[in-house]
Amino acid sequence: MTISSQLSADGQELTITIRGRFDFNTHQAFRDAYQCAGSLPRRYVVDLNGATYLDSSALGMLLLLRDHAGSDKADIRLINCNPDVRKVLSVSNFEQLFAIA
Amino acid sequence: MPRRLSILIAEDGAADRMLLAAIVRRQGHHVVTAANGAEAVELFERERPQLVLMDALMPVMDGFEAAQQIKQLAGNELVPIIFLTSLTENEALVRCLEAGGDDFIAKPYNPIILEAKIQAMHRLRRLQATVLEQRDLIGRRNQQLLDEQRAAKAIFDKVAHAGCLNAPNIRYRQSPRALFNGDLLLAAQAPAGRMFVLLGDFTGHGLPAAIGAMPLAETFYGMTAKGYSSNQILRDINAKLKLILPVEMFCCATFLDINLEQGILRVWNGGLPDGYLIKAVDGARLPLRSRHLPLGVREATSFDDTFETLPLAPGDRLLLLSDGLLESCNADDQLFGEQRLLAVLESNSDPATLFDDIQEALHDFHGQILDDLSLVEVSMIGEPGAVAPHPLHVYPLGSRELRPRDWSTCFELRPGSLRSADPLPMAMQLLLQISPLRYRVGTIFTVLTELYANAVEHGVLLLDSSIKSDAEGFASYYRERQRRLDALDEGFVSIEFTVRSEGAKGYLRIAVRDSGPGFDVQRALNQQYCSEYLGGRGLRMIRQLSERFYWQPDGKVLNVEFHWSGHA
Repeated sequence: MTISSQLSADGQELTITIRGRFDFNTHQAFRDAYQCAGSLPRRYVVDLNGATYLDSSALGMLLLLRDHAGSDKADIRLINCNPDVRKVLSVSNFEQLFAIA
Repeated sequence: MPRRLSILIAEDGAADRMLLAAIVRRQGHHVVTAANGAEAVELFERERPQLVLMDALMPVMDGFEAAQQIKQLAGNELVPIIFLTSLTENEALVRCLEAGGDDFIAKPYNPIILEAKIQAMHRLRRLQATVLEQRDLIGRRNQQLLDEQRAAKAIFDKVAHAGCLNAPNIRYRQSPRALFNGDLLLAAQAPAGRMFVLLGDFTGHGLPAAIGAMPLAETFYGMTAKGYSSNQILRDINAKLKLILPVEMFCCATFLDINLEQGILRVWNGGLPDGYLIKAVDGARLPLRSRHLPLGVREATSFDDTFETLPLAPGDRLLLLSDGLLESCNADDQLFGEQRLLAVLESNSDPATLFDDIQEALHDFHGQILDDLSLVEVSMIGEPGAVAPHPLHVYPLGSRELRPRDWSTCFELRPGSLRSADPLPMAMQLLLQISPLRYRVGTIFTVLTELYANAVEHGVLLLDSSIKSDAEGFASYYRERQRRLDALDEGFVSIEFTVRSEGAKGYLRIAVRDSGPGFDVQRALNQQYCSEYLGGRGLRMIRQLSERFYWQPDGKVLNVEFHWSGHA
């Protein structure tokens, strides 16, 4: 599992990229990825292209990110979800909280 | 820092033995000596030295045999054995190590190397001792934790089993550790012959999940007993969990509101895998899909408590499961998965064995019993409307109960409140104050529910029950009900309670009036005798359950009386 983050040139958008299993063991790394971003970006993108697995604690981490990014005002997109990941997100109806592509 | 050890020297040559003992003593260690292997084993048992220097070839018992026996006697404790040897063939040296030796030193002895080896072995001893100490500590702590969890579970069971999990129509499988895996199963008889079932799955494991389960169970049972609707209970649970849980924690849950008498199942699923309603008549499987965010995620203001409504008939079965079931892995790291579950459901021919079939499939798949999943089956037994009329209760009354009563009160609900409020719990709280009626509070609630639903649906909303004659119509009936309720801008339902008592006798009269055009009550009653509608059994039931049921000729007001008589 690796988690990396990249701030856009204008500092408005933070992209967090996840590879491998997105589960409880990534807790700290995922937090670091958005907490260390310094200035608060307006938009967040979580790229799940390399994520093979997502468990309920990963859902919890996404909720933490959402809370960090302003709860109902948060602008967070989850992109490149494979069918398994998408299934987990849709059973929990997370499309009500995140833009999922 | 070098440490003084007690060391056993086993050597058959007297000169060699004395020489070695002298060297080792000079280095500050305490020495005991043996002249052969048998003596060495005996001395070891008696003196328990910390390290052994062992000659390989000795009479009576050789060093290899003695080393094996000493290792066995030492058990978990590391007693290093250094072989003293003039052997040079590799094979013999290997034999030393195989017999349990930890090292060897060649004759003639170099005192510096000997002492270095002794100290190196001592370090290993200490390491082993530390590992053992820590292992025992972890073992003790773990035992303590399990004991605490057992105690916590016992406390929780008092709360969780306050309901009717042991009802004959409920089968469930939940390990004793389920609570600490975050799984939670609650069931309660609700007023008006209904049953509420909640299966929950908290994110995370251990204590935090178990702690969250406590207020959930309390709210569920407390509000059910007070007659609150499933929507209100769910809203309260969500609000409570949102308040107490940290942001990253939530509870996936399915709430079943089962009303077999009315033939109605209401389902709310937030985040659990599909449950199933399996119809008795044709074996059809209706999925109970997750349509909502889990509990504890949404603020109260944006929480969606919309239930799905499905028709329910005797013999139908409801199946709920936690995702532990689908996500359980076997030894080859394969998931059990939805497809395997569906295959079991598909191949089942006798619904009565379905629960066992699933258990068996799980067992075959894993080769063992798993302890982190929940499976529940609720079967619909009993005839709808088969509620026996309660007999008049005759019971002793204290002097307080004999004081005359004479009062009435009236609620009137207008569109805003018809949409959002449920007047029944409040009304029931009021009626609970009348002690002679407490014994019949369930019946009264049933009747009141019927009267209120009849007034809202047929009086105010002008819905036609006959739409409900099949499953499709059933769903559209409830959609239409919601649509009309949302659009409602005039109309009312009023409920008047009158209580009178004189001495030991008394009665409660409930009069329900609505703004509708009224209806031919007698005709509706007669019709219902021969109707096969899914709904519309209400009026007949009211007549069965009360002492008196009468109405105005225009059918705009229905009156129901409950009588009591006691003896002083």
